[in-house]
Amino acid sequence: MNYTFDFSSIGSYLPVLFNGILVTIELMAVGATFGVALGIFCAWARALGPIWLKPIVAGYVELIRNTPFLIQLFFIFFGLPSIGIQLTEMQGAMLTMVINLGAYSCEIVRAGIQATTKGQFEAGWSLGMTRFETFRYVVLIPSLQRIWPALSSQIVLVMLGSAVVSQIAAEDLSFAANFIQSRNFRAFEIYFLATAIYLALAITLRQLLRGLGWWLFPRKATR
Amino acid sequence: MSLIEITEVKKRFGDNEVLKGINIDVAAAEVIAIIGKSGSGKSTLLRCINGLETIDEGSITVAGAQLLPDEIHLKALRLKVGMIFQQFNLFPHLTAGRNVMLSQMVVKKVTEKDAEAMARNMLDRVGLGHKFDAYQEELSGGQQQRVAIARALAMQPMALLCDEITSALDPELVNEVLAVVKELAKEGMTLLMVTHEMRFAREVCSRVVFMHQGRVHEIGPPEEVFANPKTPELNQFLGVTEH
Amino acid sequence: MTEFSTWDILRNLLLATRSTIQLSLATFLFGGIVGLILLFMRTGKRRALRRFAWGYVELFQGTPLLMQLFIVFFGISLVGLNVPPWLAAGLALTLWTSAFLSEIWRGCVEAIAKGQWEASSSLGMGYFQQMRWVVLPQAFKIAIPPTVGFSVIIVKGTAVTSIIGFVELSKAGTIVTNATFQPFVVYGFVALIYFALCFPLSMSSQFLERKLNVAHRNH
Repeated sequence: MNYTFDFSSIGSYLPVLFNGILVTIELMAVGATFGVALGIFCAWARALGPIWLKPIVAGYVELIRNTPFLIQLFFIFFGLPSIGIQLTEMQGAMLTMVINLGAYSCEIVRAGIQATTKGQFEAGWSLGMTRFETFRYVVLIPSLQRIWPALSSQIVLVMLGSAVVSQIAAEDLSFAANFIQSRNFRAFEIYFLATAIYLALAITLRQLLRGLGWWLFPRKATR
Repeated sequence: MSLIEITEVKKRFGDNEVLKGINIDVAAAEVIAIIGKSGSGKSTLLRCINGLETIDEGSITVAGAQLLPDEIHLKALRLKVGMIFQQFNLFPHLTAGRNVMLSQMVVKKVTEKDAEAMARNMLDRVGLGHKFDAYQEELSGGQQQRVAIARALAMQPMALLCDEITSALDPELVNEVLAVVKELAKEGMTLLMVTHEMRFAREVCSRVVFMHQGRVHEIGPPEEVFANPKTPELNQFLGVTEH
Repeated sequence: MTEFSTWDILRNLLLATRSTIQLSLATFLFGGIVGLILLFMRTGKRRALRRFAWGYVELFQGTPLLMQLFIVFFGISLVGLNVPPWLAAGLALTLWTSAFLSEIWRGCVEAIAKGQWEASSSLGMGYFQQMRWVVLPQAFKIAIPPTVGFSVIIVKGTAVTSIIGFVELSKAGTIVTNATFQPFVVYGFVALIYFALCFPLSMSSQFLERKLNVAHRNH
């Protein structure tokens, strides 16, 4: 093998790399927040919502979970303009991530809701709370606590999956890596470095989410 | 006029007719024990009174207002009639104090300050004022049930429905809960209790209802019902249970 | 400019779907074999092997599939070999799949009660025999629903290989879109075809879970 590794050539491109990291983090933060919010709403709709809403949400969830993220991305970014909806790269990337995470977190949160004992609902109703008040104040938080590890894993998975948004020229970390290697022809080194950075991001995110879980749910999970 | 009027109530689950025409009138400050074998419909009847189960025929009236299955009527009903469950059903993510405060703030739109004052008051009343900040796992079964009673009392109901509230407790914890109920009865709270505690029923209740296969088989003051059972079914039931 | 009919579009997409299916099957097979090896390492007695398997799983689960694909693709060409996209795709997907499958199966093995291990070892069985005759047969049943569920993830994962030029369904979608300028229709069809491939697998996984769960409870 006549290849000498040369990581120093990346040096002049560090700002590009750094910017890409920031964009990946930004995509993650926005995607996770709105994606989980959408997921909670959909989980409520599927588990406790009005009858007419259930098949709509079910259709959305099954569609997203049975198609690749890349195709969802292309459909939203390339396909929607032909019916009049124009999006920037970042908007397209964020929207797709929210819609994608929304479907997966819906199922995860729904499992948490369905693990709630009927007695909790009945206690809430007997105290005069409406069905929605009972969901909001009694059921939601323990449900989230139950599924927090699974939800955290899914968020990390979506973050890692976000690497493909570079395909619609959203300037995330993988886009930066592509850019740099097209300039300095050191593909292996830059992808290696980018992968290491993604790994660091994933580990950090996992720890952050675990800490967030401790802060949000200070008590041990019970039925 | 009675506080709670149950007239010709029928209820079926699928093919199974669980309540076959129940007629009971409950006056204010009455303490009624409902006894009978499992499957006789006791719990179902109780759960119909606060709308957790819908009735198929008949009517239930509480304080003059008829029980109708829509959300508005149900909510109004549940403000008048509280329920205590066999499994306590405390909210695990909240302290005892906040358990008692929650529905006051959410349902009755009471301010947090007032809700907290009421909560401390009610917890004191059941003997658990010092456990305001305790979570469910720090409380014994008897304490949890007493918190559940405080929680229901904080809504200032006219009547309390008690669905086998001591059945899930270890024997040594039963008395602390029954003591609280006894106090409530003395203070004039209207109580409907599905219970297996015959001694308690005899001491505290004004009337005993014996249910059998979905009907009220016998009804009367405890001295009569326990001492002179009129029907063979009640006789057999009393023979099997301690009384 | 040539006019493309809907059938033209669909036909090209369906032809490329064969590659998607072939890649998915190959990945499942080889990923399963490597995953099984990892499973034995991860649950075995040798600490070094356990650590290696743990590190392997952390690495492949903690980095994007896209990056893994690029590293395999560009890494192999470093060695001077000319690597066709299908080979890089198959290799990267196999390694990635093996990490996830081994974790899924590890969960199933660990769900087998300790008593089974103790009983079989007191009958004189060694580690491999315990796995082969006692633990794996029981873990197998529990493993079926999540494994079928993961096959859906494999099919979706093949989409990423389009980025290094492997012509499967997604790549065909891009090619056809560039020719017809109808991204809404083309990617719409692509999504529907993936859905047609994945939805039955998803439903089977849920069905199997219900069916096998019930059986499990009756024991």
